[in-house]
Amino acid sequence: MPTSKSHTDKKNIPGGQNRLVLGSVGVINPESIDEYIAAKGYDALKKALSAMKPAQVIAEVKTSELRGRGGAGFPTAIKWAGAANEKGDVKYVICNADEGEPGTFKDRAIMEGDPHKLIEGMALAGYATGASKGYIYVRGEYTLSIARLAKAAADARAKGFLGANIQGSGFNFDLEVLRGAGAYICGEESALIESIEGKRGEPRLKPPYPVQKGLWQKPTVVNNVETLANIPAIVLNGGEWYRAIGVEGSRGTKVFCLMGDLNWKGVVEIPFGAPLSKIIKEMGGGVKKDRKLKGVILGGVSGSLLTAKELDTPVDFKSLALIESGPGSGAIIALDETRSIVDVVDNIAHFFMHESCGRCTPCRAGNEQIVRLIGKIRKGEGSHADLKKLEELGWNMYQTSFCPLGQTAPNILLQSLRKYRGEWEACLAGKKEKCAC
Amino acid sequence: MKKNTVIEDLHRTQETEKSKTYLESVKMQDVARECGVPAAQVYGVATFYTMFSTKPRGKHIIRICCNLACHLEGADSIVDALKGKLGVEMGGTSKDGEFTLEQSSCLGLCAEAPAMMIDGQTYGSLTPESVGKILDTVRKGA
Repeated sequence: MPTSKSHTDKKNIPGGQNRLVLGSVGVINPESIDEYIAAKGYDALKKALSAMKPAQVIAEVKTSELRGRGGAGFPTAIKWAGAANEKGDVKYVICNADEGEPGTFKDRAIMEGDPHKLIEGMALAGYATGASKGYIYVRGEYTLSIARLAKAAADARAKGFLGANIQGSGFNFDLEVLRGAGAYICGEESALIESIEGKRGEPRLKPPYPVQKGLWQKPTVVNNVETLANIPAIVLNGGEWYRAIGVEGSRGTKVFCLMGDLNWKGVVEIPFGAPLSKIIKEMGGGVKKDRKLKGVILGGVSGSLLTAKELDTPVDFKSLALIESGPGSGAIIALDETRSIVDVVDNIAHFFMHESCGRCTPCRAGNEQIVRLIGKIRKGEGSHADLKKLEELGWNMYQTSFCPLGQTAPNILLQSLRKYRGEWEACLAGKKEKCAC
Repeated sequence: MKKNTVIEDLHRTQETEKSKTYLESVKMQDVARECGVPAAQVYGVATFYTMFSTKPRGKHIIRICCNLACHLEGADSIVDALKGKLGVEMGGTSKDGEFTLEQSSCLGLCAEAPAMMIDGQTYGSLTPESVGKILDTVRKGA
């Protein structure tokens, strides 16, 4: 069946959420700027332009302790201040909407369901950092997101929220919606910049960071969709208000994507700090068919693999770091007791082999070797030496790959070799039913 | 600062070519000239991104997701069904020239897995039975 027009019209949305970012998603007509304005839309931009200096906007974001929602969790205010402090009159704001982490569809929900919120966040980022031009780089496959953003930008321009002399303030800012063309690597900010410049999406050496030399070598802020969608509420209600939500080190809410062996799948938004077990039970409706949970992949396939015993850990940057995990992109993929960990890791390995950009050897060759070794093990031809090889390869890639793609590709492989050793060894022992091969 | 729109231009070229869903060599050279970049760069871009093709493809492009969320929901059986119905392997084009079957990375349709796209349209909660009907509908141009 063709999927419902958008993720926004999903039914039976779980209660108990705090929908700061998703508040209007599924509520207002995303193609109507009037409905966005009626829901306090563009009030934050008007407030900033009429009553705040750019430095004050950055100060509010700093007070809010907002951290990037793309996966890395970098403090947004530090990035913005970095760009604002760079000399030069040409600066850029880029929205990284190249959502491609397997298991992640939160940005799609925001762009399809409330595109103006992102555009308002972009304009505020431009005002704060002194940029007058923005780009929203959306992955090419997100056709509905692209269409809705393009319409929203045109409507915002017509109403004077984009363009020259916005709301009579003297501030100029306009943006373009750009399409990607199918490359996971372009979610890495410097590869994304290369792509906008019309090149292959191969990452750049850092430093210089994009805030110093980004697009066309000019100071550039690159923020994730969800990060920017948080900005209007922070500017409108103040950083202190935002800081009161969530837990220490992880303020505000996070949008999570629930999928896998759960009774309810979709996007939810809750404050940081809830244990994963609670999210799975109360938002995801528990495990399908009343089965037991074997584990959870958190933050996408470059994220981490948590065992059922680790699920009482609060989902925030600090608590998860203690168990070598993190919220990542917000993807929560539940695996029930019937799932084969070797099969899951094999699927992930194929993904990375396909998406490695080929620039550096550890990632290009490493991912191929991982696929080859897992294949050998699954055929029943593996040995303990192969498991050791996998560990060495993974560790090498983590240490020597050029960019986060290659560095994080072996995350789940390595964790599975430690946490689910028994399943790998059963595979070596020829218990083929265990790995469904 | 020169505005370089290689990727957008390639998208448009590929879309506007009448009943063609790939980039001919001569068209890539046009893009290079218009953007003021070497033809080699344009070719490099066209072969880097999965949405571009430098080889002829069918009228409709099927992008089937095989990443984890879809895999867990049985994407393999959907791939087999598509291969069977179309009589092609992954990357192949059906004999009638209607469909090219391509594997895609995660399409962000995980809540409706297994999922695929045909051209710009998304399809979710697929079963081996439903894909046949979908292909028929697309073939009829409905």
